[in-house]
Amino acid sequence: MLSSRMRTAAANVFSGIAIGLTADVAIAAWGVNLQPPVSPIGHDILELHNLILLICLIIFVVVFSFMFYSLYAHRKSKGHEAAQFTHSTKAEVVWTVIPFLILVGMAIPSTATLIKMEDTSKADLTVKITGYQWKWQYEYLDHGVGFYSTLSTPRAQIEGIAPKGEHYLLEVDKPLVIPTNKKVRFLLTANDVIHAWWIPQFGIKKDAIPGYINEMWTLVETPGTYRGQCAELCGRDHGFMPIVVEAKSPAEFDAWLASQKQGQAKDTVDAAKVWSKDELLAHGEKVYANCVACHGTDGKGVPGAFPAIAGSLVATGPVAAHVGVVMDGKTGTAMQAFKNQLSDLDIAAVVTYQRNALGNNTGDIVQPTQVSSVR
Amino acid sequence: MTPAGQQPAANRRLILRLVMLVFAMFGFGFALVPLYDVFCDITGLNGKTGVTDSRTVEGTPIDNERRITVEFTGNAANGLPWEFRPTVAKMEVRPGALARTTYIARNISNQTVVGRAIPSVTPGEAAAHFKKTECFCFTEQYLDAGETKEMTVQFVVEPDIPRGVNTITLSYAFFNAEKYVERQTVKMKHQDTKFEKTHADKKSQHRG
Amino acid sequence: MATAEAAHHDEHHGHPTGILRWITTTNHKDIGTLYLCFSLTMFMVGGLMALVIRAELFQPGLQIVDPHFFNQMTTMHALAMIFGAVMPGFVGFANWMIPMMIGAPDMALPRLNNWSFWILPFAFTMLLASLFTVGGGPAAGWTLYAPLSIQGGMSVDMTIFAVHMMGVSSILGAINVIVTIFNMRAPGMTLLKMPLFVWTWLITAFLLIAVMPVLAGVVTMLLTDRHFGTAFFNPAGGGDPVMFQHIFWFFGHPEVYILILPAFGIISEIIPTFSRKPLFGYTAMVLATAGIAFLSFIVWAHHMFTVGMPLAGELFFMYSTMLIAVPTGVKVFNWVSTMWRGSLTFETPMLFAIAVVFLFTIGGFSGLMLAITPADFQYHDTYFVVAHFHYVLFSGSVMAMMGGAYYWLPKWTGHMYDEKLGKAHFWLNTIFFNITFFPQHFLGLAGMPRRIPDYALQFTEFNVISSIGALGLGLSQLLFVYVVFKCVQGGKKASSEVWEQPLGLEWTVPSPAPYHTFETPPRIS
Repeated sequence: MLSSRMRTAAANVFSGIAIGLTADVAIAAWGVNLQPPVSPIGHDILELHNLILLICLIIFVVVFSFMFYSLYAHRKSKGHEAAQFTHSTKAEVVWTVIPFLILVGMAIPSTATLIKMEDTSKADLTVKITGYQWKWQYEYLDHGVGFYSTLSTPRAQIEGIAPKGEHYLLEVDKPLVIPTNKKVRFLLTANDVIHAWWIPQFGIKKDAIPGYINEMWTLVETPGTYRGQCAELCGRDHGFMPIVVEAKSPAEFDAWLASQKQGQAKDTVDAAKVWSKDELLAHGEKVYANCVACHGTDGKGVPGAFPAIAGSLVATGPVAAHVGVVMDGKTGTAMQAFKNQLSDLDIAAVVTYQRNALGNNTGDIVQPTQVSSVR
Repeated sequence: MTPAGQQPAANRRLILRLVMLVFAMFGFGFALVPLYDVFCDITGLNGKTGVTDSRTVEGTPIDNERRITVEFTGNAANGLPWEFRPTVAKMEVRPGALARTTYIARNISNQTVVGRAIPSVTPGEAAAHFKKTECFCFTEQYLDAGETKEMTVQFVVEPDIPRGVNTITLSYAFFNAEKYVERQTVKMKHQDTKFEKTHADKKSQHRG
Repeated sequence: MATAEAAHHDEHHGHPTGILRWITTTNHKDIGTLYLCFSLTMFMVGGLMALVIRAELFQPGLQIVDPHFFNQMTTMHALAMIFGAVMPGFVGFANWMIPMMIGAPDMALPRLNNWSFWILPFAFTMLLASLFTVGGGPAAGWTLYAPLSIQGGMSVDMTIFAVHMMGVSSILGAINVIVTIFNMRAPGMTLLKMPLFVWTWLITAFLLIAVMPVLAGVVTMLLTDRHFGTAFFNPAGGGDPVMFQHIFWFFGHPEVYILILPAFGIISEIIPTFSRKPLFGYTAMVLATAGIAFLSFIVWAHHMFTVGMPLAGELFFMYSTMLIAVPTGVKVFNWVSTMWRGSLTFETPMLFAIAVVFLFTIGGFSGLMLAITPADFQYHDTYFVVAHFHYVLFSGSVMAMMGGAYYWLPKWTGHMYDEKLGKAHFWLNTIFFNITFFPQHFLGLAGMPRRIPDYALQFTEFNVISSIGALGLGLSQLLFVYVVFKCVQGGKKASSEVWEQPLGLEWTVPSPAPYHTFETPPRIS
């Protein structure tokens, strides 16, 4: 029996040969195999993947060496006369039984890994993940901390106006933070349609389904930043809701958690302050990033699918109704309620921005206090 | 292979059988809906929870050896202008003992809204052993503009819950049910709903 | 394609000519031709959509289309290819070949046959027209997962109706095939003497009858959820979105075999002819086909391991899926054994058949990898899956059909196709296919999700290669169309045997096959 390291190495060599690349460096740069795992389950999966790939490659090579030998040796042009045998019970029994035994051999380690994956008991930390079109919400249930995480790649990079950054499409405004070497349990659900939460290096992926709760766990061994994406088609911006996880040492994690609790207090201070129109417009332009997916950078929307903000009745009509739509969304449409995702300041700023930019010019200023009064 | 003279009759027989098969399979597609429900109830697939009544619970022995942590979470889905959260994040229960907790919902819109809570329990193998005797999810909930309501759920974790399970999460997703309460044709397929009536009856008997 | 000789026969029978002939025809060869032309058209339409997808993915960033339109393209590409190109293509082969292979004068139900074809153009006009509705075409993927598909506009309803129509067409076609095979065989043509192509189609027809109604049912539920206040899949009303996936894949997995079994049949006809040796293990092949069909009903949930099933469910679907490797393996071994110690020549159909055996096996192995549940959590919904099903469906189903077309074109048209151009098409097609899809395995393993219009920078190189391959693959099909067209127009006269002593009744009739064949049934010893 091969040791697991030898199997891994052998499988790498095989996949290397398969595309004519033999240098490890080249393989790494081109990303031909699973990303390097950082969790026990991730290691198990990589090992399983390499083992099964290796078995498949060996069978493949054996079977097709017969075929290619035949293609070479049994050609009519070489004067080979056709034999006329039509079956061989012995051979047929052999190639039914042997593959079956190989499959049993594959099933054993697979079952063991699967049982490990499904054991979510005795977790040190629970994080609830909620999928939205098109962002993620993270809540630390035992600590009263929660926030939303959205794509932070600037629109200009996506549209090719600005050069693309190193982590193009795989960067968010607020990453999920978890402690290393602790069993972290994730609870998954969704707010609108089905999404799937996936970090390749953790070896976990599961659907977030509206109305239902799913769970999975990981234990990250090395501190670092890990990136993944939504893995279930969830509509227009399915490709633009990345997942970023920062794994910190338990001490750093505790410090981070404490700072988060303080940060939520700061929001209250911000909400009480009176802001100038310019401050609101500047902040509102940033917050408007939440609206761009549907309403567009120019506020013109997508005809037939998403309404325009520019010149719309909502953005030029009564202020209270406009604030209401942003906070509570619009039932039966893709317009969602932002009241839980955005602070009072954010909502005030984005409403002010929408009423004084994008071709609108109402002159209205909305203060955070106006928003908090209707919460 | 059919002799030429008998062919039309043979064709008709075969076509009839095949057409019946087509209709049977069309029906089977729909029959998968209740079958799936039964399957889910048995296996706890999708975290569907069961229902029981308090009399049965009083009859079950309490397992004083084990402690199960039950976590509570909830969210108001897109289209429901409510705030919704559990009053406590988690509690420890003994298998077989009745436990109760509450959730708080507040209607933040300026009109009456009807919502319906859909429960879900994870892990799946726990769901079949997690039974509710009383729950705000049994009926639609009406909240007037600005109204806040504390809503009760009473449940039991059955003693035969698998050994490996020590944490259970009960999650509620509250949906806007306006579309579904006005129509009588609605197919309410959650077991909790089916139970609603019989549950109420049993409860009154119990009290009487 | 068979215009010249058909016209000749029409004079005797007073059939209408011109366009009316094609609309009113009840002749299995005419209808087969209609199906094949329709299939080729949809193959080109679906291919154009694939090129839009690959053009957008050529470089990171959004260049050509809006993400919403991109989703419409992935959805439509799949629907057009599955329901428009592959399924009607195989029905075309069935119409042409099954009566000739079993010594029957025509299909058992000729008028039904006409009707089941003429539903299709209407279904696809409706489907394609949905692209021009307000809000665009369906964008929820061909699987139409609820609740995303509940969000869509009018186009989703049009898609549902189109699916209903395609379903009716397929079911009628399947009934016709079964009745023909059971009741129309020539004397002496016992079931176990039937060519393997007929066998695979018989089993496929039963699969169609078993699962197309289930698809019709599930999309009907979707329709009533969208418009009539039911809540099958909407959690707000007590429904379950995961149930949609269960019912859909109960249809979906047998559907996968509907798309591949007739391909196995075609390959099993071609390889013996060019090996000059009978098919190895005929009975085992029949049993393996039936075994694959049976297993297809109990493996559906392997498409949805990530929805969160209990451990026992995951294990059951993993084991049952792995089992499929056994009968599939038997098939591959038998094809190789058929070639073994034969007297091989490599005309275009044989080249295609060998490539199918080789490349389909790659898809089979990646399928086995996908069956391993823990590893599937990594592969699921990535480009690894995209690579897998293109190796199965393109280098399996589509290339088998191309091989079959070259194999029987001389019989259909009476002319030999241009062997040089046919071989050129084979090599261009096969090389570009691998350039397009092989790198997608790596993309998937490296973590690129499927159905995304834009991607992170580390995926750039392979996407560039894949897009270049796709352009070449698309262009090489123009050569295919040219070769077929040229062969219909004229060329070297084909003998009735066409190849060297091929087995099968179709080679006993003249080339081109007369409008009516086997009006007096042949005797099979």
